[in-house]
Amino acid sequence: MAVKQETLQPARKLEAVGQDGMSKSSAKRVGDLFTHLILAAGSIVMVGPFAWMLSSSFKTQYEIYKFPPTLIPESIQWINYLVVFEQTALGRYVGNSMFVSLSVTLGVLLTSSLAGYSFSRLNFPGRDKIFLMYLGTMMIPGAILLIPSFVLMRTFNWIDTYYALIVPGVVSAWGTFLMRQFMMSIPRELEDAAYIDGATRLRIYWTVILPVSKPVIATLAIFTFMGVWNELLWPVIILRSPEKFTLPMGLAKFQSRFPNRTPWHLIMAASTLSVLPILFLFMAGQKYYVQGIVTTGLKG
Amino acid sequence: MTVSAQVPASSQPVATARPRLRWSEMSGLARREAIEGYLFLLPNIVAFFVFLAGPMLAAVYFAFTNYDLTWPPRFTFLENFQVMFNNDLFWQVFGQTFYWAFGMVPATIVLALGLALMINREMRGVLTYRLVYFIPHVTLSVAASIVWLWVYHPEVGFLNLLLGYVGIDGPQWLLNRRTAMPSLILMGWWKSVGFAMLIFLAGLQGIPAELYEAAVMDGANPRQRFWSITVPMLSPAIFFVMVTSIIGAFQGFDVFYLMTRGGPANVTTTMVLHIYNNGFLYLKMGFASAMAMVLFATIMIFTLGQWVYARNWVHGFAD
Repeated sequence: MAVKQETLQPARKLEAVGQDGMSKSSAKRVGDLFTHLILAAGSIVMVGPFAWMLSSSFKTQYEIYKFPPTLIPESIQWINYLVVFEQTALGRYVGNSMFVSLSVTLGVLLTSSLAGYSFSRLNFPGRDKIFLMYLGTMMIPGAILLIPSFVLMRTFNWIDTYYALIVPGVVSAWGTFLMRQFMMSIPRELEDAAYIDGATRLRIYWTVILPVSKPVIATLAIFTFMGVWNELLWPVIILRSPEKFTLPMGLAKFQSRFPNRTPWHLIMAASTLSVLPILFLFMAGQKYYVQGIVTTGLKG
Repeated sequence: MTVSAQVPASSQPVATARPRLRWSEMSGLARREAIEGYLFLLPNIVAFFVFLAGPMLAAVYFAFTNYDLTWPPRFTFLENFQVMFNNDLFWQVFGQTFYWAFGMVPATIVLALGLALMINREMRGVLTYRLVYFIPHVTLSVAASIVWLWVYHPEVGFLNLLLGYVGIDGPQWLLNRRTAMPSLILMGWWKSVGFAMLIFLAGLQGIPAELYEAAVMDGANPRQRFWSITVPMLSPAIFFVMVTSIIGAFQGFDVFYLMTRGGPANVTTTMVLHIYNNGFLYLKMGFASAMAMVLFATIMIFTLGQWVYARNWVHGFAD
């Protein structure tokens, strides 16, 4: 993996060689200060909307419209969050999204790792042709599948069910590709020993291959989970009953419920709550997320 | 994820140079292995045909029919395409999709490159910056849209408040035909710059330091080092971001659906929103499928074009 967050090699070497005239350290210090200034200004733009969201979620409706606006609320209105939970089914939406995202993630991990094992470790006629076909489909934009997939779900009588959200999602050409690439780099000797001991391939897959594939499993899991969690278009097409809505749909519905007097404080509280789970997940799995990007992005 | 098709050098196939397998010439053991290979693949391949390959073929078929969900599809040859190409709204939407994609992608790449170069220094706080710039990318698009709806709100919005301080009477950003799309593009930069930055950062850290040392020995100034080392060495990453971002931008949906519903006067309606409206609001499934084909062709042309042109500028692309 090319990501070594702590060792920023090129930059340091560059500084070490130094500029003539100024001493190395002061040249670097000026550069650092300048860089910090720009990056900090940019950070305000990046985080600003979130800070505003968080701050507003603790304000009273009156204070929201106050001029000039306050960044720190006059008094912290925890009650906004209670009201959100009482007036909306936010808890339910979170549960729904969790169920759908976890199911798809588990499904993708299972099908991709099984197929990845087969593509990387076993020989059979047509193997590389089938794999090429998989790669080919990665180039096809998802938007063109929308209508035929909907028609298919209708034929299965899966409209307004979680089957439609979960089952078509469990096959991932990208996930299969990722798994295969990783498993190719696992040394043969590891499974040979188990094979000589008379273990079946299914057993080798489960006890030898999967345990050493943990990093790539984490990468695929986090990507899949976040992708499904954020998905809006497909659930909008499939779901009808409000009690089945996923979090993005529920939030969008809550926001559009008030045509005139928008209770921004409540909407911001709901938005804050909806951002938190994914933010925690990302922070916890940042390393794997970055690795996934690097594996697919940089080697091509 | 198109560019990923090539195998990373670190993980070359375990058994590349092997003779072509033929069922009749295989030993019992090899046959057993092959059968197991197919079995491991089975769940994936069944789902692949039912949910990916099948629908793709169906999409092509629907494009040439008048399917409306109620009556069985009737083959109408090129009628959908004729209607589409004679429709002003279609061309408007088509153009706006390009406006969006090309408003988004080049600027995002330049911004992200600048950020990555700045963050790729040995100094305090780089990890924090990296996280901060990446947060918008992982945020729910609905939550981001809600916050930005408010930023752009004509009366209580953050942007017009700021402009008010310097005495400018800000426009009704999302409700004005001229400012609606640029406003969404600006938000798009905010949302996507972190992703490109992360990829560039990883690419920068993969450039061997010896190259820079050698260049300094040869008396190359920072500008020369940037153009003759950094840019060529980073070109695969730039290429990847370009291809995937263009593909993604052509398929933009969430912000248009959530923030403007394509308005005002359709100026923020892009292809996928138009496909959604025609297919799922007006139930013109056949017509919408034809439009999806045009989108598909457009994306393909752009991807292949970039691919062909890539050998001129992407480092190590020829193989």
